[in-house]
Amino acid sequence: MQEMMQKRAVELLENGTVDRVLGWSVGDFPYDMTPAVFRSAAEVKDRFVYNDFCAANLSKYLVKECRAGGKILVFLKPCDTYSFNQLMAEHRIKREMIHVIGIECFGKADVDKLKDMGIEGITGISMKDGSYTVSTVYGDTTVKAADAMAERCLSCKSKKHMVYDELIGAEGEVVEDCNRFDMVEKLEAMTPDERYEFWRGELSRCIRCNACRNVCPACTCEKCIFDNPNSGVSQKAAVNSFEENMFHIIRAFHVAGRCTDCGECSRVCPQSIPLHLLNRKFIKDVNTFYGEYQAGEDPAAKPPLGKYEKNDIEPGEAGGANA
Amino acid sequence: MQDVKEFRPKIVAFCCNWCSYAGADLAGSSRLSYPADVKIIRVPCSCRVNPLFILRAFQRGADGVIMAGCHPGDCHYTSGNYFARRRMTLLFSMLDYLGIERERTRVEWISAAEGAKFSKTMNEFVETVTALGENKRLEDLRCKK
Amino acid sequence: MQRIGVFICHCGTNIAATVDVKAVAEALSHEPGVVFSTDYQYMCSESGQMIMREAIREHKLSGVVVCSCSPRMHEATFRKAAEKEGLNPYMVEIANIREQVSWIHKDMKEATEKAIILGRAAIAKVHLNKPLKAGESPVTKRALVIGGGIAGIQTALDIAEAGFEVDIVEKEPTIGGKMAQIDKTFPTLDCAACILTPKMVDVAQNEKIKIFSYSEVESVKGFVGNFKVAIRKKARYVDEDKCTGCGLCTEKCPQKKVPNAFNMNLDTRRAVYIPFAQAVPKVATIDADYCTMMKTGKCGICSKVCTAGAIDYKQTDVIVEREYGAIVAATGFNPLKPDKYNELGYATCQDVVTSLEFERLMNAAGPTAGTLLRPSDRTHPHTLVFVQCVGSRCDVENEKGKSYCSKICCMYTAKHAMLVREKYPDTEVYVFYIDVRTPGKNFDEFYRRAVEQYGVHYIKGQVGKVVEENGKLKVQASDLLSGEQLHIDADMVVLATAVEPDKSARSIATMLTASMDTNDFFTEAHAKLRPVESPTAGIFLSGVCQGPKDIPETVSQASAAAAKVIGLLAKDKLTCNPCVANSDEMLCNGCSSCEKVCPYGAITYSDKEFRGPNRTTLIRRVASVNEAVCQGCGACTVACPSGAMDLKGFSNRQIMAEVDAICKM
Repeated sequence: MQEMMQKRAVELLENGTVDRVLGWSVGDFPYDMTPAVFRSAAEVKDRFVYNDFCAANLSKYLVKECRAGGKILVFLKPCDTYSFNQLMAEHRIKREMIHVIGIECFGKADVDKLKDMGIEGITGISMKDGSYTVSTVYGDTTVKAADAMAERCLSCKSKKHMVYDELIGAEGEVVEDCNRFDMVEKLEAMTPDERYEFWRGELSRCIRCNACRNVCPACTCEKCIFDNPNSGVSQKAAVNSFEENMFHIIRAFHVAGRCTDCGECSRVCPQSIPLHLLNRKFIKDVNTFYGEYQAGEDPAAKPPLGKYEKNDIEPGEAGGANA
Repeated sequence: MQDVKEFRPKIVAFCCNWCSYAGADLAGSSRLSYPADVKIIRVPCSCRVNPLFILRAFQRGADGVIMAGCHPGDCHYTSGNYFARRRMTLLFSMLDYLGIERERTRVEWISAAEGAKFSKTMNEFVETVTALGENKRLEDLRCKK
Repeated sequence: MQRIGVFICHCGTNIAATVDVKAVAEALSHEPGVVFSTDYQYMCSESGQMIMREAIREHKLSGVVVCSCSPRMHEATFRKAAEKEGLNPYMVEIANIREQVSWIHKDMKEATEKAIILGRAAIAKVHLNKPLKAGESPVTKRALVIGGGIAGIQTALDIAEAGFEVDIVEKEPTIGGKMAQIDKTFPTLDCAACILTPKMVDVAQNEKIKIFSYSEVESVKGFVGNFKVAIRKKARYVDEDKCTGCGLCTEKCPQKKVPNAFNMNLDTRRAVYIPFAQAVPKVATIDADYCTMMKTGKCGICSKVCTAGAIDYKQTDVIVEREYGAIVAATGFNPLKPDKYNELGYATCQDVVTSLEFERLMNAAGPTAGTLLRPSDRTHPHTLVFVQCVGSRCDVENEKGKSYCSKICCMYTAKHAMLVREKYPDTEVYVFYIDVRTPGKNFDEFYRRAVEQYGVHYIKGQVGKVVEENGKLKVQASDLLSGEQLHIDADMVVLATAVEPDKSARSIATMLTASMDTNDFFTEAHAKLRPVESPTAGIFLSGVCQGPKDIPETVSQASAAAAKVIGLLAKDKLTCNPCVANSDEMLCNGCSSCEKVCPYGAITYSDKEFRGPNRTTLIRRVASVNEAVCQGCGACTVACPSGAMDLKGFSNRQIMAEVDAICKM
């Protein structure tokens, strides 16, 4: 896969179709694949990497790249294409400046899960027949993919690309029965006190590093209200439980109807807070209250908070004192 | 020495200028009382109410927040309350999901002609929030004495 | 830091009796930025305003807080006073300590505390107020009147008289409305047609008035001074310009069995028809539901007999777009259909009729040519029972009826009773009433004539049951004064059914964004002081659509509405609301979220050049607000995730400052 991608990237750079390539390269650790911009064929040949650790959604980086001008080649996994479409819908990226290569994805590995299995000194990974072969400085280990796959990939909603100029690998299908709302339903079934305890337990770990926001392809504001002293709500750090709640409620609300459920927020959270459960709650509510809606599926669709029906559900029926 | 006082909730009511604020005026001119715990903030339309304001109110010590607007279909700006309804539906659902008492937030559609409804709603809401007691789950201790 | 002056109004004793105004003035004088604080008996009075103006001058105030009645009452007064002193009017904020404090709280300590808190919130807001300047927008010098009954006719005539263009949109094929169906009018008993039809002719002949008959309002866009209205001209399958109204087609049409709505379905008409002889416009209409040609494609007789060649079976609805500066709702009423009142036998007995049906039965142009005959057997009735308040003054829980008094029934029933007795002295007429309400010039005298001069039997009591037996209507009723049960063998029973707003009013109100009460009557801007204006600027109310009215009242309200419209159209420019949205380009993402929720299409986007890092420039898509189009609802401000979009006069910071002040106790 990596070779095919490199080959095509080099071709497109050399024939002048694109000026830059947005892909992955090795970061601080051999399993830490970081988004990277390649400006020449040599760079691609030298540093471009693609393997089952390449989890990052590259679509958000296009906002910046589009402003730099020229034509950009980007590699997008199926779930990333939803983000891409959403960014298109919000005029944050320019389609004509981007050459999209859709790449096949079988689910990315979660390095923390591998570490929890006691696998150390990881240097690489490959997948075959439902198993990961993890190479380490101590030799290769094989684990079942399902045991080491990232949570978001286990409940993958779609293996189909919403947008691409060309494909490498086979095209998949939308996963109809992905069970991604299971945990949300479990929480909903709890008593308010239990939910409160659950979320206190999770959100109290927040260190306000802003990683969730910085990685989120829906959070592309020129200036985030939490960073803007003139907004009246800026916070540099969450000093108490209120601010933890405030930050995450507002962040979830700001991306409500726009979040494509790419799961980057949870992936990058250094405190392993299941932030996607906040977004999925809104996604589930939107589906229940206003009809099925998948952000990023159709860039021309009106977002659920940008439209209404005259007989929409009342807030009291969904929560609040009117119930 | 501890001062044992009867709990009086702090209630912030966001009222749209055209219907609910006028409904409050009618409640006033009809002398239909409701507890002084309710303090009204006038907004042009319910769609002006940002979830930030509601969280802000809880942060600063409110025990309940109510938003009142024109009846669906009667919005002075045609569609404002329809958008507000979706926003509040999602916000309240999220607060509930986080285990924050759903009874602390409320939306009510009150027309300019419904002074009695305004008063009744506020009486009920104060009663509900009083029964819940102090807001602990969305409090900011820095803002409390 | 602002220099704020605080003024506490006593409102006589309205506020001062429950709020310790001195304590409020004292407490607020210590708030940051407050340099002057005082109280006065009536702040809105000339001398009250002078106190404010002097303080602005002497203390160089940059902001003013008035703790008084509702801002909906006197905000404009205080803003004007401030402006006279050179202070921007939008630097004035009102704390409502009358409607929200003194009038609803009894305990002085509690009320005073709340007044202080509301004062603090207003002060906190003023700290963040900025001087605002109102823009101007032009006025389209044409009015739209929705509804062509007597209300709409009078309004249109008055507006046209002042020299402005008026369009009337009437959903029926002719203007005239309910008044055209009425026989005589109280209390003078002059013939309705004789006073109405000349006005209809005036409308038809007035060059300033354009009638869209058989048409409905499809959509309304825009705002005061600049409405854009789409009117649906329903296909009447007759070319209005060619039809001469000769009526030949209506005589030759072989389809004779169409219920005649104009005569309350008491007789039939043809499939092609002119509702009545004096119809305006006098143009035939084909009823597609009954026309044989339209249904089967065979017939075409009307087309053959029409010498003008006006028949056009292929006509379709046409949408006409027109612009207006003002819109008048004159959508009128319908009598409630009493078929839910099983006990009164309307649905089962033909000789139980409504008052409007009775009007047609008495009318010379009606189904019986003016001779009063029972609908069932066409015989002359000898005993008539009139039942008042059918569907009016019901309990709120009673879903069959209305809680309000329909106002006109007492008088028209007296009229009916009197007319019957005069025309047919051999009749006995009973009227069952709850109360007889006759407030109006010469009204009570009229009712007394019915009782005293015409010998109508007025019985206080309600009719419990009407059943048909051997051609008679057995009426069972109670006489509340004597306490007796009465049994009357009547030949006819006439139900004075409640007035209810026309069904079309609800959707029109929605299009106009004009508010309605729970009964679907349009709400006026102020019950006493602005009775012909809707709270929505540029929308006016004429006739029964605002509440039950008789003809003289309708006509005076119609003229009042016209006066208001003329006042508006006479202006060349309107001052816009300066409390509009504006977007901070530095923060704007150009994401279009705001545009999607804007009901006015006031937001547009453009690519603008910005300075980027390291001396680069970058092009960004940013929103801008058309201030003349924005009405200031604020929907966009919440849709905007970055906080770029804010609302002047109700900014995020201002509202949060109020929240903070209220919660800080």
